[in-house]
Amino acid sequence: MNPKRRRLLAAGAVSAIAGASFAACVLAQTPEQVIHITARKFAFLPGEITLKQGVPVVLEFVTADVVMGFSAPDFKARADIIPGQVARVRLVPQQIGSFDFVCDIFCGDGHEGMSGKIHVVA
Amino acid sequence: MHEIDRRDFLKLAGLGGAVFASGLAGCSAMGSKAAQEDFYFVQLSDTHWGFNGPVVNPDAKGTLPKAVAAVNSLDRQPDFIVFTGDLTHTTDDPQERRRRLAEFKQIVGALKNPNVRFMPGEHDASLDRGQAWSEFFGETHYSFDHKGVHFVTVDNVSDPAARIGEAQLAWLKADLDRQDKDARIVVFTHRPLFDLYPQWDWATRDGASAVELLMPYRNVTVFYGHIHQEHHHMTGHIAHHSAKSLIFPLPAPGSVPKREPIRWNPAEPYRGLGFREVDAELQQAQYSITEFPIKGA
Repeated sequence: MNPKRRRLLAAGAVSAIAGASFAACVLAQTPEQVIHITARKFAFLPGEITLKQGVPVVLEFVTADVVMGFSAPDFKARADIIPGQVARVRLVPQQIGSFDFVCDIFCGDGHEGMSGKIHVVA
Repeated sequence: MHEIDRRDFLKLAGLGGAVFASGLAGCSAMGSKAAQEDFYFVQLSDTHWGFNGPVVNPDAKGTLPKAVAAVNSLDRQPDFIVFTGDLTHTTDDPQERRRRLAEFKQIVGALKNPNVRFMPGEHDASLDRGQAWSEFFGETHYSFDHKGVHFVTVDNVSDPAARIGEAQLAWLKADLDRQDKDARIVVFTHRPLFDLYPQWDWATRDGASAVELLMPYRNVTVFYGHIHQEHHHMTGHIAHHSAKSLIFPLPAPGSVPKREPIRWNPAEPYRGLGFREVDAELQQAQYSITEFPIKGA
């Protein structure tokens, strides 16, 4: 390999490493969005959340009273929400649209109205 | 369904709509002649005794007694009657729960045929893991045999997370292990055993495990409630039939933005409510289902 080509390759490698480092640096500086949701008899607060397509998000749940469940079947995501603990669900929404989520642990008279919507926009 | 019975139901209910579903395919393991006798049973579901919502059902206290009277008025009584859960509407008050269960038991005690089978729904059982319900009605899951058919009740509601659970699945497996693969098996449960519409919590978390246990058996039919409407679905060769409610109808899965009871229509009272007769036509290896609405007195 001639010296000029070797220098070019070396420079390219350094650029690639630098690029990767830059990307990692950017990721480290822009943590995933966290949305805090409180589950209480008999609602999720907020009950509607809007996410951007392809952008990861972490949903953090706490319950104000009894054991609840979060289930978003279209995202194959669910979690138990235990009093005194924070439940986390990570989503990367891929499809634009509005999707239901529900409490899937029977929590009392009013449980069946405990639902919400995830809106995914471009 | 025999014509005479159909006429009786039509007379009692005022209206009638029939759905015939082939629930059994093939029937090579015929037992004795007595065991092959055709019979029928009546399924009632989701009576929600204690519900109060005049916009949804202004006759909440009258609908169940009307259904009891309709069943009692049949010339030929069913071999047995089954209530597939949500006998009462839920309440956070344990005393009130027991009061509703007691009232329900008293009302259905007027059924002419004393052979009545019960199972819980989540409204009855999910807040205390079936404790109060069991005080009135006993075991929440059990099996019995009737004229050549093996009936199994599966409890998918006493766990508030809608799981059948490992212990009950083991019991189910042991129960099924005693059956021939050609046995005629009918399962009663409350929630759908398949993912009908989990976005509205119309599913059983580990229902697939129960279906897997049932799959080797060639003649299996599941009757359930929970969704307050007729629905028919096949998982492989296994037929699943949901029943109407006796308190309020719910919309078709995913048909509206939010799952809420359908409002009472004064022009069509009791629309969407009803009970069903299931005729076990064993010689033809079929179950015929006929749906009948409730009509005011």
